[in-house]
Amino acid sequence: MSGICEPAMGAMVGSALTLVETPLLRALLARADDALILGHRLSEWTGHAPILEEELALANLALDLIGQARLLYEYAGAIEGAGHGEDDFAYFRDPPQFRNLLLVEQPNGDFAATMLRHFLYAAFADPYWRAMTAAGDATLAAIAAKAEKEMAYHLRHAAAWVIRLGDGTAESHRRLAAALDALWPFTGEMFTAEAGEAALAEAGAVIDPATLRPLWDATIDRVFAAANLARPSGEWAPSGGRAGRHSEHLGHLLATMQHLARSHPGATW
Amino acid sequence: MYTQALNTAEAPGAPVDAAAAARFQARIDAEQRIEPRDFMPEAYRRTLIRQISQHAHSEIVGMLPEGNWITRAPSLRRKAALLAKVQDEGGHGLYLYAAAETLGVAREALVDQLLAGVAKYSSIFNYPTLTWADIGAIGWLVDGAAIMNQIPLCRCSYGPYARAMIRICKEESFHQRQGFEIMLTLCRGTPAQKAMAQDALDRWWWPVLMMFGPPDAQSQHSQTSTRWKIKRFSNDELRQKFLDATVPQARFLGLTPPDPALAFDAETGHWRAGPIDWAEFEAVLAGNGPCNRERLEARRRAHEDGAWVRDAARAHAEKPRATKAQAA
Repeated sequence: MSGICEPAMGAMVGSALTLVETPLLRALLARADDALILGHRLSEWTGHAPILEEELALANLALDLIGQARLLYEYAGAIEGAGHGEDDFAYFRDPPQFRNLLLVEQPNGDFAATMLRHFLYAAFADPYWRAMTAAGDATLAAIAAKAEKEMAYHLRHAAAWVIRLGDGTAESHRRLAAALDALWPFTGEMFTAEAGEAALAEAGAVIDPATLRPLWDATIDRVFAAANLARPSGEWAPSGGRAGRHSEHLGHLLATMQHLARSHPGATW
Repeated sequence: MYTQALNTAEAPGAPVDAAAAARFQARIDAEQRIEPRDFMPEAYRRTLIRQISQHAHSEIVGMLPEGNWITRAPSLRRKAALLAKVQDEGGHGLYLYAAAETLGVAREALVDQLLAGVAKYSSIFNYPTLTWADIGAIGWLVDGAAIMNQIPLCRCSYGPYARAMIRICKEESFHQRQGFEIMLTLCRGTPAQKAMAQDALDRWWWPVLMMFGPPDAQSQHSQTSTRWKIKRFSNDELRQKFLDATVPQARFLGLTPPDPALAFDAETGHWRAGPIDWAEFEAVLAGNGPCNRERLEARRRAHEDGAWVRDAARAHAEKPRATKAQAA
C-alpha cells in the first residue's frame, strides 16, 4: 500500500502520510511505534548475537514487538477510518510523525546496553499492558491481553541478563554500568502522558502511565540490587519523542527501514 | 538452511574389529538406526561429525545473507516472516550442533573449526543478497535445493541426525513456499519488481545448481556414504530432481533461467541444463567467492564481541547460589 501523496509547498511531492491525529489515534501510534522501533532495533542483532541461544531469544523478542505493533497499527487504521493499513503507518511517515519514546530508538550498543534498554522498557510495558487489559476500549484490552503475556517473559529474560551481567565479571559490570549511565535519562519519558492521552485516561479509555511508576521503581530496585547497580543521579531528562522530536538516531533507523518501500510507491510486496 | 553434497567419507583409519564392523553393516543394510551408544566404525563417526557440523555451520552462516534484509523488508508482514525464517535457521543450527554432540564432540570445538576457517559451510552463502528479490530467490531456490538434499537425510542411518532432519525439512518446505510466494508477488507486481525477480534468478541459478556438489564422475567418496546409508542419492540425481521441479516453476513465474542450453528432453521427460562452470564452484570453495571473507569475519566478530558476555554468564553461574537473587 502506498501512502497518500499530497503536493507540498511549491512543486514538491512528498511521500509521507497526511494524518489527522485524534487523541486516541495519537496514543495508539505512540504504543505501536514503541513496539516497532524497539523490535526493529532488536532485529538488527540477527546473525551477530554473542550466543546462539540468545540469537533465537532476541529474534523472539523482536517478533513479539513487531507483532504488537502490527495489531496496534491495524486498530489505529480502523480508528482513523481513512483506509490506512499497518504498512502506511510504518513505512510512510517521516521521523517527526513517529511518536515513540526516545529510549527505544537508542542504538543497540553492546549486549549490555541492548539488554538493559530492554529491561528498562519491559519493566514498564509489562505492568502497562497488564493494566490495559482492564481498559474501557475492548479492542485495546484484547491487544493488551496478548502483549502482557509477552512482556512478562521479556521482563524475566532481560532482568535475568541484567543480573547476570551486573554480577558476572568486572568487565560485564563495567559495561552494564556504562549502559545505565547512557540510558537512564531516557526513562522518565515513559511516565509522562501527553494532554490528549491524559484526557483519555481520565475517561477510562487508557491507563495513565504515571500510575505505573511505583511498580516500575520496585522492579528496578529489586533487579538492580541483585545486579549490584545503583540508580544514576543527574538532572538531564530528555523527552519529546511522543511529540515527534527525536534523537538523531531515529532518522537513520527509518531511512534503512523505509527505503525500499518508499522507492516503489504503490507496489505490493 | 541446508547441507551441501559433501562426499566427505574418509578412508577407514584405525583397524576395526571385523566382526563388529560386519554386524554394524548388517544393521545398516537392515535399515536399522544407529544410536549414539551403539558401536560404529571410527570413520563413520568422523564422517557424520564432519557432515552434521558443516550442515550446522551452513545454517549459522546462512543467517547472514538473509539477515541482511530484515531491517529493510518492504512490509511488516515480510519483516516478521523473514525474521522468523532466519530464526528458524538459527534453531536448525542449534539442534544440528546438538546432534553432532551425540557423537562425542563439543559445540565449542566445532565453532572454533568454523572460525579458524578449517571447517567448511555451504558455498551458496558466499554470494551476496543485493536486492529484496534475493530473499525470494533464496527461499525458492536455495531452500528448494536444500530440501532435495535433506528429505533423503530423514532416512539417514544415524538416528539423531535423521530425527533432526524431519523437523528441519518441515520448516524448510515452509520457507521454500514462502520464497516462491515472494517471487510470485514480485512477478505480478510492477515492471521494476519483475526485473528485480529476473535479476535475482540470473544471479542465483548457477550457484544453486552447484549446491548439489560436483558431478558423480568426480565424486570419489560417495560410495562409502552410500554404503552407510548417509547418502541415498547421487549429486547428479538430486540436481536432476531439482531441475525437473524448478524449471516449470520458473516458467510459471514468467522468468527465464540464464541458461541458453536449457531444454526439455521429451524422450526421458527430464530438463537438461547446459554445462556448469565448476571452476567458479572450486574458487568459492577455496575461499574466493564474493563474500567468503565477509561471512567469516562477521562470525568471528560476533564470537569475539560476545566473549565477555559468555564469560559473565559463566562467572555468574559459578557463584554460590546464595549470592544470586531471583530475576523479576
